[in-house]
Amino acid sequence: MIEHLVPAMAEICGRDGVVTDPLDLRTYECDGLTSHRAAPAMVVLPRTAEQVAAVVRVCAAAKVPFVARGSGTGLSGGALPRADGVLIVTSRMRRIIAVDPASQRAIVEPGVTNLAVSTAARPYGYFYAPDPSSQQVCSVGGNVAENSGGAHCLKHGFTVHHVLGLEIVTPAGELVWLGDGTGSAPGYDLMGAFIGSEGTLGIATKIIVKLTKIPQMVTCLLAGFETTGAGGAAVSAIIGAGIVPAAIEMMDALAIEAAEEAVACNYPEGAGAVLIVELDGPESDVRRDREAVRTLCQEAGSTEIREAVDAAERAAIWVGRKSAFAAVGRICPAYIVQDGVVPRTALGSVLDKIAQLSAESGIRVANVFHAGDGNLHPLVLYDDSSPAATTAAEELSGAILDLCISHGGSITGEHGVGVDKSRYMPKMFGADDLDTMQLLRCAFDPQNLCNPGKIFPTPRLCGEVPGARRGPHPLVASGQAEQF
Amino acid sequence: MAGDAVLRALATACPAARAADGSDAVAGVTPRYAASPASVAEASALLHAAADHGLCVVARGSGSRLDWGAAPHRCDLVVDTTLLNQVVEHAAGDLVTRVQAGVGLDRLGEVLAAAGQQLALDALAGGNGTAADAGSAAGGNGSAGQPATIGGTLATGVAGPRRLRYGTPRDLVIGITVVRADGTVASSGGKVVKNVAGYDLGKLFAGSYGTLGLIVEAVFRLHPLPSAAGYTTMAADGPAAAHRAVAAAAGSELAPTAVEISRSGRGQPVRVGVLLEGDPAGVDERSAVLRALLGDGAMTAPEPPGWWGRYDPGTGTLIRVAFWADALPRVLAVIDAAAAAAGVDPLVAGSAAAGVVYAALREDADTGAAAGFIAALRAALARGEADARPQAAARPDSPPVLASVVVLHAPPPVRDQVDLWGPVPGLALMRAVKDQFDPGHRMAPGRFVGGI
Repeated sequence: MIEHLVPAMAEICGRDGVVTDPLDLRTYECDGLTSHRAAPAMVVLPRTAEQVAAVVRVCAAAKVPFVARGSGTGLSGGALPRADGVLIVTSRMRRIIAVDPASQRAIVEPGVTNLAVSTAARPYGYFYAPDPSSQQVCSVGGNVAENSGGAHCLKHGFTVHHVLGLEIVTPAGELVWLGDGTGSAPGYDLMGAFIGSEGTLGIATKIIVKLTKIPQMVTCLLAGFETTGAGGAAVSAIIGAGIVPAAIEMMDALAIEAAEEAVACNYPEGAGAVLIVELDGPESDVRRDREAVRTLCQEAGSTEIREAVDAAERAAIWVGRKSAFAAVGRICPAYIVQDGVVPRTALGSVLDKIAQLSAESGIRVANVFHAGDGNLHPLVLYDDSSPAATTAAEELSGAILDLCISHGGSITGEHGVGVDKSRYMPKMFGADDLDTMQLLRCAFDPQNLCNPGKIFPTPRLCGEVPGARRGPHPLVASGQAEQF
Repeated sequence: MAGDAVLRALATACPAARAADGSDAVAGVTPRYAASPASVAEASALLHAAADHGLCVVARGSGSRLDWGAAPHRCDLVVDTTLLNQVVEHAAGDLVTRVQAGVGLDRLGEVLAAAGQQLALDALAGGNGTAADAGSAAGGNGSAGQPATIGGTLATGVAGPRRLRYGTPRDLVIGITVVRADGTVASSGGKVVKNVAGYDLGKLFAGSYGTLGLIVEAVFRLHPLPSAAGYTTMAADGPAAAHRAVAAAAGSELAPTAVEISRSGRGQPVRVGVLLEGDPAGVDERSAVLRALLGDGAMTAPEPPGWWGRYDPGTGTLIRVAFWADALPRVLAVIDAAAAAAGVDPLVAGSAAAGVVYAALREDADTGAAAGFIAALRAALARGEADARPQAAARPDSPPVLASVVVLHAPPPVRDQVDLWGPVPGLALMRAVKDQFDPGHRMAPGRFVGGI
């Protein structure tokens, strides 16, 4: 139905930059949330910002919806195409334009992978701090859309804290710079509002990121506990002592069991929970904090504490945590990854309630989470050959989100709302809140063509369920990415 | 009389509404009414009533920065936020606090310090004198000596030396509640730090100078108070030496919280100061390394030097220059050239490693000279003279200019003569946002960029 746009798009992106073959289009029918699929009517693969702008102008003139996609690793369907629209894929925009250690900046195109920025900065002693678990493949443009965090955002912050300028293509097809790389550009902070808007306000075509000095020392502690409650007490004690670790991660017994089976991570035997605490910074601080963390873990009843002194040992500690999602996939036919946030102090009571829900329903839940910032990733295990079991798992997963909301938390800490959770937005925000957010949308995209149907609930999405995933993510299956 | 009817309507919405007088003036514009809502509900009802009567509204906290920004085109009602003075929640275990807009930074600091925590924003002090004498009224009635409120700090987006480590208000706000021009109350974010649900209105309202709506409440992430601080200072013999010292400190593994410079006049030495925080032993150890890095004459003290964070004489013209950190010597050269041409000699101080310095002119500086200085700065920036553009980044691959000059406040004659904001990329989108949030252009009209 939009075939008539093909010549114009080919004029802009070249023949090889336009995909219309139905079989090829299927490659793009979902992102990391494989339960939602829609083959786009057309895919374009621009190489420059000017080409993106020209493509968007064609769409705007024809009133055809468009969706931007980076590497397609998103977990909430933010890059789910429109069957009646154009998918603009930024994977050919992979230039690292400049690395400037003297001003601690780099300028990159949106298709550059997250890890590539750190790799380019490393020779100068710098890195790019946000490190989502898909960092080997996920794109910086996608990180901007989702305001990605990562295990280390507890200390280092999110994408929005590390981006200082964006060249965007507006939904009208204009190239505009938001921010000038200084962090103090005059006017509204539209760059800050754009980051995390899940591709609904435009398409980032160049990104100025802040580079962070590689810390003098990094160390990692692994502590075993009898229960998640004891582990949670240790987390509270660490934070209460004024220590800000780079990361604090926790896994419960079922997640540990799955990880042991999958990667033989050799975590403390019989542990009901393990805590991974990573500390970074100047050596003197890290050494002091490490001793304090050891003591606090012991006082909270830790049964065993190990320490990684070099990168290889750190990797050995992290392997269990990083393999957890995939490992759980090996012990059950299907699982739902939930992404909810609770205030850190509510962790214990929420975990108890999740355990209770699990016991009542007879559905197993493995808990893997960023304990330092209360970001839970409960994995709800079920047999997807049974419609009844599928429904029950989806209900349980939804009930966990309700728990997060009722404890003053959030329906998503890092995966985004996308199409997956838009129906939960009214549970977290009132109608006036959502209407007010729409004002921003209307300022940028009055025609509602830019990634429509995402974030905000519409009748079309009512009744859809969040998060169901059957089988591993294609990128994980092919060994290109890991999720944790 | 019609005015009485309006006042009655305002007072019905908000009992603490009254006729305004000269002391309520905003940058020389005297409103007809002033009101102090004591709750979010009252603030909502008040703005609803103001909308009914087509009133233009300016928000005021302590008044410490009321003379920042351009004079409003019109101001009928001043909304004073100081009765919105509740620290609603301090969840120490979660390192977050929820506060109403009128709470003073100083009072909040006391509450948080009792739990060993802080909102990591500096309360900016006046320049060469004490905070109190800096308050002797610029622009008519700015109460520069008053401790800033949360709302005013957010609305102006100011931050002091520790911005290098902690960022500016937009980096620390995790939730916000605002009242829109029509009285609608809306929130975004929440009270957990990690949260990507919905648009982040906190970013949009931070630094918006009251032009999108009234900030009534905000949630912030907190940081632990460090147990020790060390201020290492040295005097650099000129801009090049200062740049070497700043770059050495900022590029070290010592994790500085702040790297500041201050120069009292042209040709004077540039004082460089570096703040290290942590536990006492760690600060001592790192400070020793830092002194070796900075060279002879570097000294460490537990208290800040007198010039620390003092950018603003309070009554003159305060200009903020933002740049990429490596451009520091060029920025100082641009300032010197513009100052020499205009015949002024500003105090130059700021967060050099974070790419922000302030040039401050005394109140008695000649109006034409001040305007000429600002014009010369802008002209140099437009020529790219303050850009630290990476060689690989040709102009189409980076923003047109990598620096900006904003006049934060100025005596009325200067303020009326210059464009305070200068060129603003993305202005068309900003206007579109303003039109959506405040279609009647009644919220602080004219104070912000491009006459918004």
